[in-house]
Amino acid sequence: MAVTIPYFAALTTYFSYGVLFVFGHLRDFFRGFMKSDATPPEGYAPLCRDFEDFYTRRLYHRIQDCFNRPIASAPNAWIDVIERYTNDNNKTLHRTDKTRHCLNLGSYNYLGFAAQDEYCTPRVIDTLDKFAISTCASRAEGGTTAVHEELEALVADFVGKPAALTYGMGFATNSTTLPSLLGKGCLIISDSLNHSSIVAGARGSGARVTVFQHNIPEHLEEVLRQAIADGQPRTHRPWKKIMVIVEGIYSMEGELCRLKEIVAVTKKYKAYLYLDEAHSIGAIGKSGKGICELQGVDPADVDIMMGTFTKSFGSCGGYIAGSKELIEYLKSVSPGHLYATAMSPPAVQQVISALKLIRGEDGSDRGARKLAQVRENSNFFREELRKMGCEVLGDADSPVMPVMLYNPAKIPAFNRECFKRNVAVVTVAFPATPLLLSRARVCISAAHTREDLLRGLEVISEVSDMVKLKYMPPEEDVESYLKEKLL
Amino acid sequence: MASKLVESVVTFLDEPFANAVILGVKIDGHLLVEAVLIAAILFLLMQKSYQPEKKPLTQNEIDQLCEEWVPEPLHPPVTEKMKMKTPVLESAAGPHTTVDGKEVLNLASANYLGLIGHPKVKEACEATLNKYGVGACGPRGFYGTIDVHLDLEAKIAQFLKTPDSILYSYGLATCASAIPAFCKRGDILIADEGVHWGIQNGLYLSRSTVKLFRHNDMEHLESLLEEVMQQDRRKKKALVRRFIVVEAIYQNSGRMTPLDEVVRLKEKYKFRVLVDESHSLGVLGKTGRGITEHFKIPVEKVDILTAAMGYALASAGGFCTGSAKVVDHQRLSGAGYCFSASIPPYLASGSIAAIEIIEDNPDLLVNLRRNIITFRKCLASIQELVVSGHEFSPVIFLYLKRSVSPSSDVLVLQQIADQMLEKESVLVTVSRRSILDKCKLPVGLRLTVSAAHTEEELHAAAASLQRSVQSVLRNQ
Repeated sequence: MAVTIPYFAALTTYFSYGVLFVFGHLRDFFRGFMKSDATPPEGYAPLCRDFEDFYTRRLYHRIQDCFNRPIASAPNAWIDVIERYTNDNNKTLHRTDKTRHCLNLGSYNYLGFAAQDEYCTPRVIDTLDKFAISTCASRAEGGTTAVHEELEALVADFVGKPAALTYGMGFATNSTTLPSLLGKGCLIISDSLNHSSIVAGARGSGARVTVFQHNIPEHLEEVLRQAIADGQPRTHRPWKKIMVIVEGIYSMEGELCRLKEIVAVTKKYKAYLYLDEAHSIGAIGKSGKGICELQGVDPADVDIMMGTFTKSFGSCGGYIAGSKELIEYLKSVSPGHLYATAMSPPAVQQVISALKLIRGEDGSDRGARKLAQVRENSNFFREELRKMGCEVLGDADSPVMPVMLYNPAKIPAFNRECFKRNVAVVTVAFPATPLLLSRARVCISAAHTREDLLRGLEVISEVSDMVKLKYMPPEEDVESYLKEKLL
Repeated sequence: MASKLVESVVTFLDEPFANAVILGVKIDGHLLVEAVLIAAILFLLMQKSYQPEKKPLTQNEIDQLCEEWVPEPLHPPVTEKMKMKTPVLESAAGPHTTVDGKEVLNLASANYLGLIGHPKVKEACEATLNKYGVGACGPRGFYGTIDVHLDLEAKIAQFLKTPDSILYSYGLATCASAIPAFCKRGDILIADEGVHWGIQNGLYLSRSTVKLFRHNDMEHLESLLEEVMQQDRRKKKALVRRFIVVEAIYQNSGRMTPLDEVVRLKEKYKFRVLVDESHSLGVLGKTGRGITEHFKIPVEKVDILTAAMGYALASAGGFCTGSAKVVDHQRLSGAGYCFSASIPPYLASGSIAAIEIIEDNPDLLVNLRRNIITFRKCLASIQELVVSGHEFSPVIFLYLKRSVSPSSDVLVLQQIADQMLEKESVLVTVSRRSILDKCKLPVGLRLTVSAAHTEEELHAAAASLQRSVQSVLRNQ
């Protein structure tokens, strides 16, 4: 979906950045006269010297307090955010002993597994006792334990693939698997808004990378046809293989992938499809099986299914699921399997327990209720935000919903004002989004109660009025509605 | 006859301008011919240059090309040789573990200080699990920073005597993120050819100019540095960032980098140095502070220091430390830091507990060193094998003395490893090398020593190895 910036917002955003850049450069100019410890020793180039460094010093440091806020509790529906103070104009921040109890609208805790759980935690602690926290060896060289095998069988069965392989980090799952499968003479056609881990993996593979317009299957088809017709650049030899990479839910847009149409295109043109379900697995679909289930796509049509355990399952790590041969091949090639320390056994057990709960294998309907709850909560919250007049991106059912801010000054304003009112929100700016498209991002969890959500909406509405975020006309007078509800 | 003809033509052409005087210059003839020639040249110049007609492919042709295109299979076929049986542990990977229901001596786990299952670590982790749950459910930027993360960063900095440190949630991703954060296109990286894949990946992703020196060969390093310096002097280019990248103890060979020499060279040629201390932290130095302590070099001389916590600290993840600038810059530029969920808080607690144990129990290091020396001595007596690596390295590589070819050696070594597990109840592994790995050092049997092993066990393990080697080689 193309974000169209309102004309006035675009103008003021450009103007704000203009002012920030001019002042930043002015300050840099005067800094040049002062001897500071930032000057590198004679004969050395400065350690960092590009745009990023300027951005950090002159833009990011001004609003640093809005990011990396430490917490002193589990990242559940309510969190204790540690307050910080600064002595040097926000350049460095220090913790205080004070905390603030805030509603958490930021963590990827879709199913509410972040905190202690009556079913999961005892099992995790049992595994801690039995297997300790680390194997100190890679999976291939003596670091495979019985729980790893159990998890892999369970994941494969859950996503509907014959086999699966797990890694200790979601980012590394992408960045080590893609180079294992693709190389010179291969083409990667990646969605223009794919996650940084996919970009790292694609670059690390040495394959040629092109992008197609975000979530537009028609453009993908056009790019694919042209690529097959042209062949490799310069030599014009046919491509060895073409891999299309998409995500289930785009984490910065909250949008669902148009998977059905994309599968049709990749099938027609014999390209392979790599689906990253980092945010969608466990969060959407009737039984939590992700985007395939939601859109009625046969998992057999997706060649490689990747996902992470960090979000819905409240653990860490990632998986690749595919055919038996694919997994066998990856086991012999993938650096994440051969060299990296195996996933920590208690974290493995957390995923196993969460999966069992989702599938109802614990003998209760808690899992099913969680799934229904996250969907209901998300749709309610999104609808209310929209009615309020905020510009909300993303599709129904997606628990991720960005609210557009645009102006750089609105990032700290929105964040700090919400924080003052005990609501912890995430504001996202460069480098995670394009410079102009700053946004706040709300992540809804099954752990939120209706009261929590109403409280959040009330605060967001109040702050949005204050910092002028209601770019859209309100659909109905949501405030009176909210008051009515609260009374 | 002919001359007459020419003369008449010339006279004819001369006629119009014969004896013309233009601006005081007498011109007699040929002007007309020249004018015609100029006109012809102008005419030709004004013509469009030759271009073959461009005909874009029609939709039908593209359809046909798409129809004809046959992609390669998703992955190459899996051969018998690639398939490998990995042992499945049925209990913790401590000095003793269970494989196939049998208790075995574990020489495969890099549990150097024997901290796997340490009660203090367990206690700390359990408390954290009860308080914070398992995962952090978000990246560091977005409420994924738990107080224990900050505690661990401070603890590492205090332990290594650096200003600050930054955590990564995966050891392998540490260098792969830290190197590209500082080096971009045009910068120069000089690395050892034996560095592990995580570093190789970082070198590649940085897009910098990468030069490799022969494994642990300081003369070759110096010649490369000299070469870079000569080139710079000749071209008078603007200064670029220049790094030497080494591992303290090489994961691929067990050799130790002569850090004193590296530091001398880096200062002489004005390079910065990145040292990966994954296998030396908690191993080298009197108090386990790594290679800088071993060589008695102040830690500030190392510009960037990285390490994975999945070895001596018996946890997971990795960290990078150095000056405040080095750490701060990565908080926005380290891809594996910004864009990945943070390390589970209980693993951070585990690492804190591990560092405290190292601080409180210096005898662990004494035990480890004694075990390494004992085991190396025992192994040296096996005549059929070559023992490689530094005398203090807890990673020990064993190669066949009578090597045939790398591929057949691996098979023999694998047989030895299998026999060790089946008959002698000792878990050892053959180091694996991915086809993506550019490291060309030979693969061998890899044994790791832990402080938790007893000397008797190590003596017995060496004797077992002797028996297995002889029995396998006899059957060749």
